[in-house]
Amino acid sequence: MAIKVSLTDAISELVADGASLAIEGFSHLVPFAAGHEILRQDLKELELVRLVPDILYDQMLGVGACRRLVFGWAGNPGLGLLPRFRAAVEHEVPRRVELEEHTHAGLCAAYVAGASNLPFAMIRGYFGTGLEPPRPGVEAIICPFNGERLAAIRAVRPDVAIIHAQQADREGNVMLWGILGVQKEAVLAARHVLVTVEEIVEHLTPVAGAVILPRWVIDYVAVVPGGAYPSYAQGYYARDDAFYEQWTEISRDQERFDGWMQEHVLGVPDFAAHLRSLHRPTMTDAA
Amino acid sequence: MMTEYTPEEMMIVEVSRRIPDGSVCFVGVGRPTLAAGLARSTRAPNVTLVFESGAIGAKPTRPPHSIADSELAETADFVVSTPEMFAYWLGGGHIDIGILGAAQIDRHGNINSTVVGPYDRPTVRLPGAGGAPEIAGASTATFVMAPHQARIFVPKLDFRTTIGRGDRAQDRADLGLPGVGVQLVVTDLCVMEFDPTSAELVLTRLHQGIEVDEVRRANGWDLKIAADVDRTAPPTEYEISSLRTFITTAPPSSNKTALDLPA
Repeated sequence: MAIKVSLTDAISELVADGASLAIEGFSHLVPFAAGHEILRQDLKELELVRLVPDILYDQMLGVGACRRLVFGWAGNPGLGLLPRFRAAVEHEVPRRVELEEHTHAGLCAAYVAGASNLPFAMIRGYFGTGLEPPRPGVEAIICPFNGERLAAIRAVRPDVAIIHAQQADREGNVMLWGILGVQKEAVLAARHVLVTVEEIVEHLTPVAGAVILPRWVIDYVAVVPGGAYPSYAQGYYARDDAFYEQWTEISRDQERFDGWMQEHVLGVPDFAAHLRSLHRPTMTDAA
Repeated sequence: MMTEYTPEEMMIVEVSRRIPDGSVCFVGVGRPTLAAGLARSTRAPNVTLVFESGAIGAKPTRPPHSIADSELAETADFVVSTPEMFAYWLGGGHIDIGILGAAQIDRHGNINSTVVGPYDRPTVRLPGAGGAPEIAGASTATFVMAPHQARIFVPKLDFRTTIGRGDRAQDRADLGLPGVGVQLVVTDLCVMEFDPTSAELVLTRLHQGIEVDEVRRANGWDLKIAADVDRTAPPTEYEISSLRTFITTAPPSSNKTALDLPA
């Protein structure tokens, strides 16, 4: 368990076409490196699950790797809309994407149910809104004790969960801290797990509020310093706010987006090369 | 001499005044954070700010870019997971006031953040529900802040993402939703509150220099007007300077710089 491998090998071992993937991070520790490697390996027809699809998922949708999206709120946090997500939904460009849409409460509960090996979660919500059942993954259920009608949300059980964390020790135990969103639940709900980390340390020194994931729930650990860029890693580096602001422009239309992705993600061999490429003048800058 | 201020600032100041000291406030970035932060730095120092990202008791020194900013985690009393936030802290009934924005809102305070146009082929695909339904669903009361424009204050939502009052006064109780739901709507022109019988928004207070006609023209339905509409008090010097100080504060020096990109 928790075998240390290259990111390339981890993705090629764990992810197949058509897989259901949860690549989680609530604007913090977003696994950009892992997501990019999936695109670089030309994986397709993916079901992508994410509480808050952001720039990374905009990139994955824009490349056409996604067949189905399970989500709660798809946007560029604090800044507005995601151009490629919009293009996929509004115009089926570059391809149609099926949506399974939830509230944050519903999708979080679905992850908890998955992690608990239960078939569904229940919440008080959905009724009286446009998301009320019947719809994919949501049904009405009656409490057997007090007769109250609640929403049953089908459990999320991804084939693979991928998260980014600050540290792993030499045995492959992982520690992550700060804003953790639904990362722990995604890991424990999934059949297989990849964690990319900033560094390997001798010992995991406790940090207040940290989550420890033991090596025996993790398949692979890959060391990818900077692997959450442009999001941040608490204690390591800050968010590149300028990049988030630039994203709307970069992804404004399919052609410009494709050019940027080819130059900086698909056409470079790895994440280190991706980071270096962002210092080079690009055709889109010159345009 | 009175301080100059913008209609946007008036909206923020008026909401901040409505937040009682000691309240636990669930906020998103932008106007809600500015309003709750202003309350905390002026008359209500014991207000607790809660963010969907899990930060409870966050004390931002400047407006966060997003709900997951590192300063929110660093200054929080504690940080919880998002499932815990929705299950225990919202669902469990610990939030006094939720503060939301709105892409579209109707006369019963219901909100759309999902689509403009039909769901299956929208003209604009908005981000979606996120935390809003549970914030309005589980908070004891919810405030909404939005610019007063006819494209926002609409007669009929393209999609009902979040229940404010539903369609009738009884709806929230029928749906098992605690709390009053949306209680207060503050815009850059006025304040609106609900008729408890009809569950419909009523104009109750105008900001300085605004008249009823201007509000009617900016509203997409025939807005009900209270019999005794009064005026909001303009921002005080203290409120405006506190707000502007918060907005223009430079990032804390303890933030590590963005990743040094290799040359």
